[in-house]
Amino acid sequence: MKINFFKLSVYFISSLILILFLFGLNKDNTYDTRSLINKDIGKFQLQSLDGVQEINQEDLKNNKFTLINFWGSWCAPCRKEHKFLLSLYKDNTLKMLGINYKDKKKNAEIFLKDLGNPYHFVGQDLKGKISVSFGIYGIPESILIDSNLIIIKKFVGPLDENDLNEILRLVKSNEKF
Amino acid sequence: MLSNIGNILITLNIIITLFIVYFALIHLKENNKFISDKIYKFSLYQTTISISCFLTLVLAFIYSDFSLITVFQNSHSLKPLFYKISGTWGNHEGSLLLWINVLVIFSYLFLIFNRSFNSKYLIYSLLSQNILILGFLFFLFFNSNPFSMIIPIPTEGLGLNPILQDPALAIHPPLLYVGFVGSSIYFSAAIGSLLSNFRGNLFAKSIKKWVLISWSFQTLGIICGSIWAYYELGWGGFWFWDPVENASLMPWFAMTALMHSVLVLEKRNSLYFWVIFLCLLTFILSVTGTFLVRSGILNSVHTFANDPSRGLYILVFLSLMIFFSINIFFKKYKKENSIFNINSKETYILANNWLMAFYLITVLIGTTYPIFTEVLSQTKISVGPPFYNIVIIPLVIPLLVLMSIGPNISWIRGNFKNLLKLVLILLLAIFVNIIIYLFFQKHSLLSSLLIISSIFLIIYTFLDLIKFIKKSSKINFSRIVSHLAFGFLIFFININHNFSIEKDFNIKVGQEKVFDNYKLKFKSLEIKERKNYKAVIGLFDITDMKEALVKELSPEIRIYTQPETLTYEASIKSNVKRDLYLTMSNISQSEFYNIKFQKKPFMIWIWISALIIALGGFLMVFKKEKKYEN
Repeated sequence: MKINFFKLSVYFISSLILILFLFGLNKDNTYDTRSLINKDIGKFQLQSLDGVQEINQEDLKNNKFTLINFWGSWCAPCRKEHKFLLSLYKDNTLKMLGINYKDKKKNAEIFLKDLGNPYHFVGQDLKGKISVSFGIYGIPESILIDSNLIIIKKFVGPLDENDLNEILRLVKSNEKF
Repeated sequence: MLSNIGNILITLNIIITLFIVYFALIHLKENNKFISDKIYKFSLYQTTISISCFLTLVLAFIYSDFSLITVFQNSHSLKPLFYKISGTWGNHEGSLLLWINVLVIFSYLFLIFNRSFNSKYLIYSLLSQNILILGFLFFLFFNSNPFSMIIPIPTEGLGLNPILQDPALAIHPPLLYVGFVGSSIYFSAAIGSLLSNFRGNLFAKSIKKWVLISWSFQTLGIICGSIWAYYELGWGGFWFWDPVENASLMPWFAMTALMHSVLVLEKRNSLYFWVIFLCLLTFILSVTGTFLVRSGILNSVHTFANDPSRGLYILVFLSLMIFFSINIFFKKYKKENSIFNINSKETYILANNWLMAFYLITVLIGTTYPIFTEVLSQTKISVGPPFYNIVIIPLVIPLLVLMSIGPNISWIRGNFKNLLKLVLILLLAIFVNIIIYLFFQKHSLLSSLLIISSIFLIIYTFLDLIKFIKKSSKINFSRIVSHLAFGFLIFFININHNFSIEKDFNIKVGQEKVFDNYKLKFKSLEIKERKNYKAVIGLFDITDMKEALVKELSPEIRIYTQPETLTYEASIKSNVKRDLYLTMSNISQSEFYNIKFQKKPFMIWIWISALIIALGGFLMVFKKEKKYEN
C-alpha cells in the first residue's frame, strides 16, 4: 500500500510540474504591469525618510491625484527624470509621494538637497520590501492613482517629456468626471 | 557549401543511429551472447560523423561563413579567433550540436570501456542512449538546425553578445555539458540495468567512473560560471541563486548523492534502487534545466533568442523520459533491506543522500515557484538569495559534520572509540572561531557555527591526510582532497561573505573619497580604441592608509558596436589576503561616475578550494581500482 501511495505521489508531482511548465511556456515573459491598472493600490504603511512621520493609504484619499515615484540616489535614470518630477510639483491637483528605494538615508538626503525635492512626502523603503507590494520591478517607476486609490497608469523606467504630458492630460481628463 | 556538408552529416548521423537501434533490437531478439562487430563499427562511425559535423560548424565560425543563419546571428568578422571558436557553442543551435556530441562520445566510450560486462545490459544501455541521441538529432535537424542558410548572404554578422566574450565563459559550456549531458550515460545504464536485471556491485563498477567524470566536470563548469559572474557581471558576487545557476546546481546535488551511493553499492551491494533513482533523476534534472534555460520560461543571460516551439519540443521529450523512467522504475522496484547499523558508513552516506535531497528540493521549489505563481495567479515574483540562505545554509552544518566523521566509520558497524579526538577537534575549532571573532570584531551565531563546523571538517580531514602519508594504501586520497577543499570552501565563503567591505558613491575626475582605512582618488579618464570595442578607462589610486600601500585600479566601460552594447568591466587586484574590486558606470548627462568599491577577503581561496574539490573527483577517475578502500 505504502509503495502505491509513493508511486501515486511521484506521478502526481511530475505531472503537476510538467503541466505547470506547459502553461508557463505560453506566458508572455516580458514585464508588464497592465493587469494592475484599474486596481486598488492596497494597504501600506510608510515611514518618512527622516523617520519622524508615517503615512498610509488613507492619507492619499485626501489627494485628488497622487503620483507615487520610486527612486534611489544610486540610480542614474532617476537623475534623468528628476527635472520632470520637479515640474510636476507645481501642479495643484497632483500630490507627489516619493519612495526612496534600497538606498542609504544620507545619500538620499544629499540627492534631494542637490537636485531639489519634488515630493510632498518622502517615504523610505531601505530594504525594498514595501515597493514589492506595489508591483515594482526596478526603479525608476511611477504609479498614478486617484483619490479612490485606483491605479490610473503605471510608468516603468524614467519619465520623459511625453510621460509628463500624459500625466497632466490624465489628471485633467479624470478631473472632469 | 558548409551548410550542405553540415546537413549531409546530420542526415548521415540520423541514419547511422537508426541502424544502431535496429542492430540492438536484433541483438535482443536473437539473445546473442556477444555484441556484434557491426554495433562497435557503427558506434565509431556515429562518433566520427558527430565530431566532423561539429568541426564543420567551428570552421564556419572561424571563416565567418555568414551564409549560415547561426553564424550570421552570433559572430562577426572582427571578433578575435578565440571568441569566434567559442561562439560555436555560444548560441542555441551550436550548443545543441555540442550536446549531441557529448551524448554520442559518451555512448561510444561507455561501450568500449565496459565491453567485458554483460552484453544484454550493454545493449539495453546502448539502445536507451541512442534513442536519446535520435530525439536530439531530430530536434536539431527539424527545429534548431545550425546549418540553415540565409539568402541573400549578408556581408557581416551581428556579433556575439559582449558579456559572453570572456575566457571563463568560453570554456564554461563545454565543461558543463560534459557534466550534465554526460549524466545521460548512467541514465541509459540505469535503464539497461533495470531491463536486463544486471544489478549489484558489477553494475556499480560499470558506472562509477562515468559518474565521477560527469561530477568533476559539472563542478568545474559551475566554478567557471561563477568566476565569469564575478569578473564580468560587475556585482562583486559569485553566486546569485539565479534560476540558471540553480539549473546546474540541481543535477550536481543528485550527482553528489549518486557518487557516494555508488560506493555503497560497489562495496556493500546495497542501495541499488537509490543508485538507480539518482541515475535517472540526474539526467532528468539536466534536461529540466535545459528546458528552463532554453524555453525562455525564465529570464536570464542564458535564454537565447526565443522560439516557443523549442520549449515545447524539450517539454514533450522530458515528459516522455520522466514517465518512461518512472514506469520502469516502479515495475522493477523491490524493497531493499537498507536498515544499517546507525554507526556505519552506509548510514552516513544515506544521511548525506537525504541532505542532498533536501537541498535539491529547496532549490527546485525556489526555481519553479515563480512559474507556479505566474501561471496560477498572474503574479510575477522572484525567489532570491534570502530564501535559499535561510533554508539551505543552516543545513550545511550537519553536512560538514557528516563529511568529517563519515569517512572514518567502518562499513557495517563502526565504533565511537575516538570520542575524545572528536571533542578535542571541536574545542580547537571553537578556539579558531574565537580568534577570527577577535580579529574581525563581528559575529553571528550562524556564521560562527559554520566556521566551527568547517574548521572541524578541515582538521579532521587533515588528520586523515597525515594517516594517509604514514600508511598510504588504506585511505582514499581523492576523498581527502575533495572533503578538505570543501571545508576550506565553506570557511572562505563564510569569511568573505561576513567581512567584505562595500562602498558606493558618485565621483568625478580629480576628486578623492576617504572611507574606513582607504582613500580613493579618481586620477584620470582615458579612451582607447580596441579591436571590436571602444574602452572608457577610469584610472584610480586606492591607498590603504593602514599599510601605506597604493594600488592602481582601472575599471572600464566598454562600448561595443556589434551588437551595440555597453558592458562594465570590473578592475580587480587580487592577492592571497583579499581582492580589491572596483566598477565604474556612467551617469548620463553628468560628469560624475558611479563607483562601487569592494574589499573581499580571501576571494582567491574560494576559487582555489572549489577547483581542488573538482580535482579530487579527477584523482578518483584516474585511480587504479585495487588500491581503493575506505
